[in-house]
Amino acid sequence: MSLIEFETTFQDKVDQDIRIEPKDWMPDAYRKTLIRQISQHAHSEIVGMLPEANWITRAPTLKRKAILIAKVQDEAGHGLYLYSAAETLGITRDEMIGQLHSGKAKYSSIFNYPTLTWADMGAIGWLVDGAAIMNQVPLCRASYGPYARAMVRICKEESFHQRQGFEILLVLSRGSEEQRRMCQDAIDRWWWPSVMMFGPSDDASPNSELSMRWKIKRFSNDDLRQRFVDICAEQVKLLGMTLPDPDLRWNEERGHFDFGPIDWEEFRNVINGNGPCNKERLAARVKAHEDGAWVREAALAHANKRAAREGQEAA
Amino acid sequence: MEKNQNNERGWPLWEIFIRSKQGLDHKHVGSLHAADAAMAIENARDVYTRRMEGVSIWVVESKYVHASNPDEAASFYDPANDKVYRHPTFYDLPDELKHM
Repeated sequence: MSLIEFETTFQDKVDQDIRIEPKDWMPDAYRKTLIRQISQHAHSEIVGMLPEANWITRAPTLKRKAILIAKVQDEAGHGLYLYSAAETLGITRDEMIGQLHSGKAKYSSIFNYPTLTWADMGAIGWLVDGAAIMNQVPLCRASYGPYARAMVRICKEESFHQRQGFEILLVLSRGSEEQRRMCQDAIDRWWWPSVMMFGPSDDASPNSELSMRWKIKRFSNDDLRQRFVDICAEQVKLLGMTLPDPDLRWNEERGHFDFGPIDWEEFRNVINGNGPCNKERLAARVKAHEDGAWVREAALAHANKRAAREGQEAA
Repeated sequence: MEKNQNNERGWPLWEIFIRSKQGLDHKHVGSLHAADAAMAIENARDVYTRRMEGVSIWVVESKYVHASNPDEAASFYDPANDKVYRHPTFYDLPDELKHM
C-alpha cells in the first residue's frame, strides 16, 4: 500500500470509531501528538502528588489522612497507567522521565501553585480534579485504544477525588468564621488556575483541529471550560461561598454563565517555568528519582543473581 | 530456564492479567515495569487492584508475548470469512420447530 492509502485506511477507521491499536499503522504526527499528550498527562499525575503530599502529615484527622494517602496513591497509579499507554507508542519510560526532568516535557501548570492551607486540599479536589474530570471523560472515547482504556480506569477512580474535596470544603463552610474564611480563600486562589486548565481559547489553540479530526479530542477547550464554569457556579452556592469573578452572571440568552477575561499572561508565565513552585516541584521529582536509583539497581542486580542461580540449578 | 537477559538499566516490562472474580477469565489490564516476577505481581496488586478488582494475578514478561500482525488481518482471517454455515442462524427452519 502507498502512504496515501495507509492514511486513508487510518482516517476511515477513526471516522468509524474503530480504535487504533499499538501495532496498527498510524501517521507519524498522530503518534507524536499522542506521545506528547499522554506523557504530559502522566507527568501531571506524578507531579500532582507533590502539592497534596505536602498535607499528608498535617491532615486534621486520621480519616482525612487515610483519604489523602489513598488519593495520592491513586495519582501514582494514574501516572503509571498513562506511562504504560505512552510506551506502547515506542517511547521508553526512561526517555519520558528524562524529558520531564530536563524541562523539555511540560506538565499541568496548576501544580506549580502552592498549597498554603488545609482548605487547599478541598479546593484542589473540587476544582482541579473537577476540571481534570471534565477534560478526561471525553478521552475515554479517544481513538487510541491503550489511551482510552487507561482513561476509563482513571475516570472511575477520579470521582472519589472530587467528592472528598467538596466534602472538605462543605465541612469548613459549616465551621467557624476562621474556617469559612479559609474555605473562601482557597476557592479564591484555585478558581482561575482551574479555569485555565482547559488550555488556550479555541482561536489560540492551533493543534486542536487536527486532534479533533483524529478523535484524540472530542470537545474544544472553550466548550469544556464553559461547561465547567456553569457547573461550578451552581455548586459554589451549596457552600455558601462565591467564585472570585465579578463578571460571573447567568446569561439567559446563551443559556450559560458569562465569565470574566482570563489572564493568559499568567498562564504563559507559569507554563514557561515562572510559576510560584516550578523549580521546587521539578527539584523534588529529580531528587526522588536520584535518591531511588540505588533501589532500582539493587532490585535488578538481585533479580539477575536469582535468575542466574536458578539457571545453574536447572543445568 | 532462560536467563534474565536485561542489559538496560531499566526494569523489564510485564503484561498484567487479572481475574476479577472466581469463574471468570484472567483479562489483560495493562503493563508495568518490575525487576522480577514477584515484584511484578506485588506492583500489579498496588497498581491494578486498589479497589478489590481482582482475586488472581498473572504476569508475563512482555518480550514473551507473540502477536499476530494487524496488517495481515484480512488474509489471516480469510479462511473463516466465507463460512456463515458455522452460525446457527444460517439454517432456515420452520417457526413451529420448538426447543432448538
